Amino acid sequence: MTHGKVVVERMQSGDVPSPARPRPARRRSRRGETRAGYAFLAPWLLGFFLLTAGPMVASLVLAFTDYNLFNTPEFIGLENFTRLFEDQRYLASLKVTGLYVLIGTPIKLACSLAVAMLLNNRFKAKGFYRSAFYLPSLVGASVSVAIVWKAMFIDGGIVDRIGQTAGMQAGGWVGDPGKTMPMFVLLTVWQFGAPMVIFLAGLKQVPAELYEAAAVDGAGPVRKFLNITLPMLSPVLFFNLLLETIHSFQIFASAFIISGGSGGPANSTLFYTLYLYIRGFADFQMGYASAMAWILVLVVGLVTLLFFKSSKFWVFYSGEDK
Amino acid sequence: MNAVTTPSTVTTAPPGRRTGREGFAGLRHSSARRAVVFHLISVAVLVIVLYPVVWMLVSSFRPTSEIIGNVSLFPDPDTTSFDNYVRALSGIGGVSFWTFFKNSLILAVGSVVGIAISGSLSAYALARIRFPGRNLWFSLMIATLLLPFHVVIIPQYIVYNSLGLVNSFWPLLLGKFLAAEAFFVFLMVQFMRNLPRELDEAARIDGAGHLRIYRSIMLPLMKPALVTSSIFAFIWSWNDFFGPLLFLKDPELYSLPIALRLYVDQTTTSDYGAQMAMAVLALVPVVLFFVVFQRHLVEGVATQGLKG
Repeated sequence: MTHGKVVVERMQSGDVPSPARPRPARRRSRRGETRAGYAFLAPWLLGFFLLTAGPMVASLVLAFTDYNLFNTPEFIGLENFTRLFEDQRYLASLKVTGLYVLIGTPIKLACSLAVAMLLNNRFKAKGFYRSAFYLPSLVGASVSVAIVWKAMFIDGGIVDRIGQTAGMQAGGWVGDPGKTMPMFVLLTVWQFGAPMVIFLAGLKQVPAELYEAAAVDGAGPVRKFLNITLPMLSPVLFFNLLLETIHSFQIFASAFIISGGSGGPANSTLFYTLYLYIRGFADFQMGYASAMAWILVLVVGLVTLLFFKSSKFWVFYSGEDK
Repeated sequence: MNAVTTPSTVTTAPPGRRTGREGFAGLRHSSARRAVVFHLISVAVLVIVLYPVVWMLVSSFRPTSEIIGNVSLFPDPDTTSFDNYVRALSGIGGVSFWTFFKNSLILAVGSVVGIAISGSLSAYALARIRFPGRNLWFSLMIATLLLPFHVVIIPQYIVYNSLGLVNSFWPLLLGKFLAAEAFFVFLMVQFMRNLPRELDEAARIDGAGHLRIYRSIMLPLMKPALVTSSIFAFIWSWNDFFGPLLFLKDPELYSLPIALRLYVDQTTTSDYGAQMAMAVLALVPVVLFFVVFQRHLVEGVATQGLKG
């Protein structure tokens, strides 16, 4: 589910649809081209209407109904939404997810940028390190890793043991509502490899002359980082930030496995999509869950919009592409 | 001289102008030190990154009583055994491990085939054919890239349920054959756009139709994009949890992640040993893919991610 990552990277590199070259009109009839176009696009078109657009409209309608898969959907206006904001568990899920996004994403990106800068050199082994650091991104969202994480952070587990030697209070992180958040943040930070790879590719594009010129002017490493690396990397940072944020909203498998599907203890692991799953597919409150899904879409849309609107203040595009 | 510094980290004096502080060994000495520092930090990160993975592997050979809280990564030869694997392979509730494995494999291979076919066809239309509405469809496809799938999953479930398709592979595979994962279409469109137009123009002059151009020119040339897509499609399908959790109810149809979850839930007196063994077995194909294709994967993320 890390799809977006690669893609948006490409969107920002100026790969917008290029105007196709004019083609001799006589070679092929326009109608023939249209027919061919729609024939080739048919799989995606079918999928778009049947599996995306149609269901989106359906869930929007469902969001205003009471429906449990067995009754006839009953129109109840805004009741799902008003109930949501009185639902303590829903509010807890908002808080947990919000905190996770706000804490986990910046730390993860800071780590991935730091390691990318470490690897941005000509030492021979850097390719090996890069690949090895990428591995957690590939397996991190799997059930296997969630099981391992749980075993490591459980009462009497290795993290507990190490913590006690370091003078921390004894006790597992899995069962302690105050410690579940750091546990999940560590799990996402552990997967710093994917944004790191993208940062590394971005760092390679920074012209070496800039650093040479700065060195001549007597700039130290801190000033070089603040005045060259960060601005030059800001487009890459922008998209890593956007995608990691949106991705973080959707954490599911690890929360499900570690909490045994409950979101406990004390709702401290009740991430948004986990609660949506519980409401929709354990309680079969399809209307309620649809309302939740649409709020998620709106939040993700709003966050995306904010990112794009704010980007003109801090994202620097060099004019090199022209 | 494998220790050439990059411009971004040049802090030493230029060659030929040695400062007193560096002594007469000068540049060479300092770059050797840089190499040592680089490797020290990298290995430290490596240990942190790989620790959980290695710990899982080592634990899978330990008796359950010696897993939790055992920080060591060194196997104890007296207690090392394959017992956990024997229990894990015997399966759950009368269903063999290999059934789960087979189900996961069918789903993953089905996803790869579906995405390769539907993705490349749709991408060909968007990248190589000019027709009215193309830009609109392209924009709509981009718009679905960041859409949380939760907003479509509830109506999809309702429809699949009324069609009696819940508890089958259909809901998990249909979307792959209909290019519902825009990521792959997008990746292929970008790749095709960078192939020289002269190729299909020449073929057209020779009288080839779109089907012919697609099959004989595009498909062979877009092999790198197909390989990258296939690797990701396989791994994502293999690790997928939400979809199979929703749509597969009969243990005979479970994919590995769902079977693993059942295993964790079912063993009340937690059999961590067998859990670890099964967790390892479930990851083997992903790690194998990673080892074989790691350059391709990482380069795919890096170069195709940035340049297109």
